Amino acid sequence: MSTHTADEEIVPTTLGGKAADYLDQRLGIAGAAKKNLRKIFPDHWSFMLGEICLYSFIVLLLSGIFLTLFFTPSMGDVTYNGSYTPLDGIRMSEAYASTLNISFDVRGGLLMRQIHHWAALIFVMAILVHMLRIFFTGAFRKPRELNWLIGFTLFVLALAEGFCGYSLPDDLLSGTGLRILQGMLLAIPIVGTYISYFLFGGTFPGDDIVPRLFTVHILLVPGLILGLITAHLILVFYQKHTQWAGPGRTEQNVVGLPLMPVYMAKAGGFFFVVFGFIALLGGLVTINPIWLYGPYVPTQITAGSQPDFYIGFFEGALRMMPNVEWNFWGHTLSLNILVPFAIVPAVLFTGLALYPFLEAWITGDKREHHILDRPRNMPTRTAIGVGGITFYGVGWLNGGNDLIATHFNLSVEAITWFARVAIFVAPVFAFWLTRRICFGLQRRDRDKVLHGRESGIITRSPEGQFSEIHTPLSQGELHTLTSHEVHRPLTLTEVTDANGVPAPNLRRAKLRAKATRWYFGERVEKPTEEEYHEAITSGHH
Amino acid sequence: MSGEMTHEEHGAVAVEEHGHGAVVEGTPFADPGLPEHRPRLTDIDEKAAKRSERIVAALFLLSAVATIAFMVCYTEVPNNTSTIVNFFPLGAMGASNFALGLTLGVALFAMGAGAIYWARTLMTDVELPQQRHELESTTQDKSEAAAEFQQGLADSGWKQRPLIRRTLIGAMAVLPLPALWILRDLGPLPGTTQRQTAWTTGELIINDNSISLDGTQGKGVRPEDVQVGTLISASPAAVLTAGDTTNDMMSMSAILLVRMNTADIKSQQEIDWGYQGIVAFSKICTHVGCPVQLYEQQTHHMLCPCHQSTFDLSDDGRVVFGPAARSLPQLPITVNADGYLVAKSGFDQPVGPSFWERG
Repeated sequence: MSTHTADEEIVPTTLGGKAADYLDQRLGIAGAAKKNLRKIFPDHWSFMLGEICLYSFIVLLLSGIFLTLFFTPSMGDVTYNGSYTPLDGIRMSEAYASTLNISFDVRGGLLMRQIHHWAALIFVMAILVHMLRIFFTGAFRKPRELNWLIGFTLFVLALAEGFCGYSLPDDLLSGTGLRILQGMLLAIPIVGTYISYFLFGGTFPGDDIVPRLFTVHILLVPGLILGLITAHLILVFYQKHTQWAGPGRTEQNVVGLPLMPVYMAKAGGFFFVVFGFIALLGGLVTINPIWLYGPYVPTQITAGSQPDFYIGFFEGALRMMPNVEWNFWGHTLSLNILVPFAIVPAVLFTGLALYPFLEAWITGDKREHHILDRPRNMPTRTAIGVGGITFYGVGWLNGGNDLIATHFNLSVEAITWFARVAIFVAPVFAFWLTRRICFGLQRRDRDKVLHGRESGIITRSPEGQFSEIHTPLSQGELHTLTSHEVHRPLTLTEVTDANGVPAPNLRRAKLRAKATRWYFGERVEKPTEEEYHEAITSGHH
Repeated sequence: MSGEMTHEEHGAVAVEEHGHGAVVEGTPFADPGLPEHRPRLTDIDEKAAKRSERIVAALFLLSAVATIAFMVCYTEVPNNTSTIVNFFPLGAMGASNFALGLTLGVALFAMGAGAIYWARTLMTDVELPQQRHELESTTQDKSEAAAEFQQGLADSGWKQRPLIRRTLIGAMAVLPLPALWILRDLGPLPGTTQRQTAWTTGELIINDNSISLDGTQGKGVRPEDVQVGTLISASPAAVLTAGDTTNDMMSMSAILLVRMNTADIKSQQEIDWGYQGIVAFSKICTHVGCPVQLYEQQTHHMLCPCHQSTFDLSDDGRVVFGPAARSLPQLPITVNADGYLVAKSGFDQPVGPSFWERG
């Protein structure tokens, strides 16, 4: 500020002002502060889902740092002599012994372990729900496709991070999970056995896997997650948040409340609420009581072994797949493992990652979108999403087929066979049903616009006829319900040149036209102004 | 946007797409603009605002009290094994964990609730519009950037000196390879180890339940100790001296001993490889390697608890249900001179999950 002329110069008097001035003379932060301190964010409950992801990740970092201070990532043998007497004198790995130590002899250790585990479950769950929110509202459309890819990568990293962490305590359950992973790695054609030997440092389980996963779990993956979360948030900040349609809300503006003070208090407060909720869970609800499972021994297992929920889909797919294995030319190809372990997840995840680009190709839409779609107004997209959830859900449920069998007194074979059929049938049915529901909801919106809202007041006409008075909607409500776009399918005119040779890009254009018919062929039109006036003047209702 | 548009022109011939990307734009009902702000009770009633203020302050105070309580509980409440708190419906919890979790949870939750309540009742709730900026650069910026880039390219001689360009690309392509190369020592090559178990002719069968806590002592199994219908988890005697590699050995060599009436056994080979109706099968599931454990005495079915592969132990360990594709391998057994069960030979095939080289 010293370069300014004397009459413009600002002389800070308060301590805060002086500190800000000190920083500004070195960093020039006033410009950024001027622009961002009162940055506007729109308000909606569904925008908090991403916040839950971020906050549970911070809780994971904090509790994880504490745990590393006491955990010994080693598979060396020790004899347990701690304060949990049922395991006294038993031989186990240092990793398991130190986890028992954290649980029983380090004060607050069990709390941190349980906070860490609950936060991990909430982290992955929040990512899933947040992703679905983005999907169903079309928030992935231009210009946010790249942020969708970053978010997708974060989702995959979160799954990997969760699995690594789950494997560290070297208890019977986590060792069984690693055994299954190793069995699946062996099924990879050509290199599978080598990957397994390199990962485990030889035969299973070896002495290396826990220290190696420890490095992956506390350094490599969290570093990647932290970096990508930063990029994810910078893009949200820079591209500004999406908002719902409403009076005064356009594609060119963002309507909401300022960062300072409202969102500092709300979002900051919400961090403490999320942390507090997880702390209460950690204090009151037992999660992963590894002392009940015992140390990992490859010859022992408990019935009803279950992975954490986010592995359930893969587990269920593995249980569902019929036992197809091919032997040829001295080699074995285990499709019973490859299909659920590699092929199905690859298709599902690739589809998820590339969906924004697929939809953009079908709609041919090159415009920016900052107003969110209501799911009902994009019935085919919504139906694809619900079909995907159903597919995932059937696999996930089958991951607990043994528990369903014992709890509901059903045969595990019957449940598995049901899942084998349902994984194909249920998503198709869900797709069809979702579209019907979306069209129904659109028609209801249409009726509401044309005839108003049911008021609950019944009148009797001079002729004795009873009818309910419908209150017309306000201009703002009419605008909100009709501001969405109705897409039309593409029609083609085949153009040939003088010699009758068809256009070179005909095949692709035809495919696209077909896709748009599938997407937008059936639709509910928006009421027009004329229809509205007709409905009003006809005196209907 | 409606109307005819020609796209993706390739030469003189093109496909006309009608209604390409067509949408009904605009809205039949004009945007009335931002609705007028409706004041909250706390905006117009100073008493209500004061009440809000007190609630926020009370929440912050509660947070501070809980924080101090947390530190007191840390030193005063005994650790998790000595005292248990029972509460419905979540079950039992160590007293220390219960107290620390409760106080920390309240301290954090009250802090957050206070801040949010403050924001919702006393801070402004007048919604403000802010213009979005154009993300795409102006044409001028784009062409200036492109010109700068071209200038940089020209200054480097990238285009004029293909020898440098090609050698650079080639060298950069091989440079990351050492990152893979250097990982070679992560583990030994598999060789034939995936086919080997500790079972050889005459190897003594040890009952897993007899193995001492330190893993160095164990007892053999006499045929007369195994009743019909009994299931015994067993290991080769080599595990008692395996030391650090015990788990590795067990994960390949674990077996199950079952005794059936020979009349119930459907396969002659299975009878021959057993001893007086006692048969030994690999305990490692041929699906992904979990130990099979759940035995149904009446049907002689053996279920893997991981993925429910079911094997018929009275019929060569054949798969009767589930994702496993291969039978459980049978270990030929006999008795030695001292009357203990031993292996007659090793397994005739690799045990455990399939792998590419298995064949």
